[in-house]
Amino acid sequence: SLAATLTALSADVSEDTLCLSLCDSRHRRTKTDRCLFLSGGGAAKVVAAGLVTVGGGIGGTILYAKWDNKFRAAVENNVPYSDWLLGLALGPPSPKSGLPIKKQYKDCHEHQDTSVTAAVHPDTESPTATEPLKERPVEEVAAILAQQDQEEQDIATSVSASLEESLTSSAKATLQAIGAQEAALQAITRHTLKLKEAMEAEEKSAQWKDLEAALADRTGAVNDAETALSKANEALDSLKSVIDKSKGLKVSAVRPLVLAAEENLHNMVVDLDKVVTKVHSAESEAKIVSQYSELVNEAKQQFQREVSSLTPEIQANWKGLTGKLSSDDLNALIAHAHRRIDQLNRELAEQRVREQIHIDAALEQQKLEDQKALEKAVSTALQHIKEEARLEQERKLSELREVMEAEMRTQLRRQAAAHTDHVRDVLKVQEQELRVDAEQVLSSKMLEQETRYRQLSQEQLDNFTLDMNTAYARLKGMEEAIDSHVVAEEEARKAHQLWLSVEALNYTLKTANADIPTVPLEGAAQAVRDSCHDSDFALALSSALPEESLHRGVYSEASLRARFNSLRSLARRVALIDESHNSLYQYFLSYLQAALLFEEKQEAPPAQLCSEDLDPFKLLSYASYCLEHGDLELAAKLVNQLRGEARRVVEDWLTEARLTLETRQVVSLLSAYANAVGLGTTQAP
Amino acid sequence: MSEKELGKKWDRCLADSAIKLGTGLGLGIVFSVLFFKRHTWPISFGSGVGLGMAYANCQNDLRSHYLQHRSKKVTHT
Repeated sequence: SLAATLTALSADVSEDTLCLSLCDSRHRRTKTDRCLFLSGGGAAKVVAAGLVTVGGGIGGTILYAKWDNKFRAAVENNVPYSDWLLGLALGPPSPKSGLPIKKQYKDCHEHQDTSVTAAVHPDTESPTATEPLKERPVEEVAAILAQQDQEEQDIATSVSASLEESLTSSAKATLQAIGAQEAALQAITRHTLKLKEAMEAEEKSAQWKDLEAALADRTGAVNDAETALSKANEALDSLKSVIDKSKGLKVSAVRPLVLAAEENLHNMVVDLDKVVTKVHSAESEAKIVSQYSELVNEAKQQFQREVSSLTPEIQANWKGLTGKLSSDDLNALIAHAHRRIDQLNRELAEQRVREQIHIDAALEQQKLEDQKALEKAVSTALQHIKEEARLEQERKLSELREVMEAEMRTQLRRQAAAHTDHVRDVLKVQEQELRVDAEQVLSSKMLEQETRYRQLSQEQLDNFTLDMNTAYARLKGMEEAIDSHVVAEEEARKAHQLWLSVEALNYTLKTANADIPTVPLEGAAQAVRDSCHDSDFALALSSALPEESLHRGVYSEASLRARFNSLRSLARRVALIDESHNSLYQYFLSYLQAALLFEEKQEAPPAQLCSEDLDPFKLLSYASYCLEHGDLELAAKLVNQLRGEARRVVEDWLTEARLTLETRQVVSLLSAYANAVGLGTTQAP
Repeated sequence: MSEKELGKKWDRCLADSAIKLGTGLGLGIVFSVLFFKRHTWPISFGSGVGLGMAYANCQNDLRSHYLQHRSKKVTHT
């Protein structure tokens, strides 16, 4: 069977249908599993293919969305829940565009930096800028100013202290240096003098000793001077540094000190330089003199040697040997002297010849030296002048500053004056206002007092009038009492009259006989009306009398009673007749009923009628009872319950009964009223 | 007096019925004698007619208060 199925497959027949058909045929067989698989094979293939397609589509979408963000956005917008899926697969979406974002970020960053820096400056500036806008309280300002002054003072004092210190030290050093230099100068000049003296005068060992001493002195002095000079220079440098530092503090109070210190410094430097130049000139002079002395010494020594070469016996100090010399020696000496003189003359002539050249050379040298010295002097002079100019400038600056400060002070003074003027004006205005207020208060208080006084006087007046009024009222009361008595008597009379008329009316009611109504009540009613003009109640009552009673009179109760008895039988006979039952046959039946039915002649009516009591026979017996016991009202009420023909029959009787009852009620009310009025008026006091 | 009304009605009724009956009877007799060869049926017929008319009139009179088509009620004071 399987093979057959497979061959069927290869035979290019739809496997599904074949399988199904095979399955149908093999439906009952046990090979249903394989068949199902095979039949499901096609479906499985379809399902698998579908799954693969769907999966491929989704995967492709995800990949493309990863690559292209616009596509991803489009998919997310259009396909629901795709954003969840894509977020799950790819993570949250990246920002919209890559490169432009970076540039923007960079620009933003730069901009942010500049803005930050710019923000820093405005921040630092703005606080300082905003500060002057808001007005600081005076105490704060004063405190700050005081603090600033204090600080300045401190700085100034410190600076001045330091300056003074350094000044004094440098002054000391400079003075020392100057002194040393002067001492050196003096030593040099002394030495030179001594040297000159020694040259001109005779040789003496003491002089040479002095000379050596002077030389030592000079060297010592020169050394001292040099050290002192270096020290002074050091001190001056330190002073300069201190000055610069204090200048760097930029405190105004320090400036004159600084200026003075600078001037001092400059002077000291100038002095020092002068002294140094003096010393140098002295030294140069001394050099010349020493050179001269050396030359002289050399010549002397040469002469000495010559003399000694000529006369070896003669020792030094030939001046003291004039007696000891022989004539040969003398001649040799004179010849030597002549020779020497010739030599010297020759040298002199040579010298004279070469004079000019020597002089020129010397001049040149001197020029050079002069040039050097000049340059040096010029430079030092320039420096000094520069320094002086600067000092002058500073001085002028400080003067100008002082002038400015003075001017500012005047301006401030002016402002203060203006302020005091303004304050004075304001005070004046305030004074005015306060005066006005005080006056107002005063006037109000005065007014209050006046009103109170008036009030008190008014009260007094009122009390008096009140007393008067009470007395008057009492008088009036007494009068009224008397009048009211009169009135009361009048009232009593009227009441009596009313009572009498009502009694008359009552009496007329009794004039009814059997079957004859009473006399018309018109007259009595009129009499009643006449006697009660002022009483609305009585008037209303008297006008409430029914017309019939007034014009015709009313029947008495006895007549009504009698009439009722005759009525009763008639009502009994027509008891069955009403709107619907009124044929002759009904009449016959009603008469039969009346003949055959027996009821109580009189029966006491119950307090409440129930539906059975509405039977005409019963009602009639109740009414008879009531009538027999004098209760016309209840009888009328009971008779009112009759219906139909019986009711029609007793209608007239009912009307008459009503009339009688009304009249009697009105009359009783009137009599009650008259009695009451009478009682009221005749009340015992 | 409303109680006398019924009595009056009965009076009228009786009078009327007497007249009608008599008339009917008479006419019946007349007709019987004249036209119907002395049969008795016209007599009874005539009297019956008379009685019937009287009955109807009587009933109508007694009912007259309860009939609405009347323009005014018959009231006797």
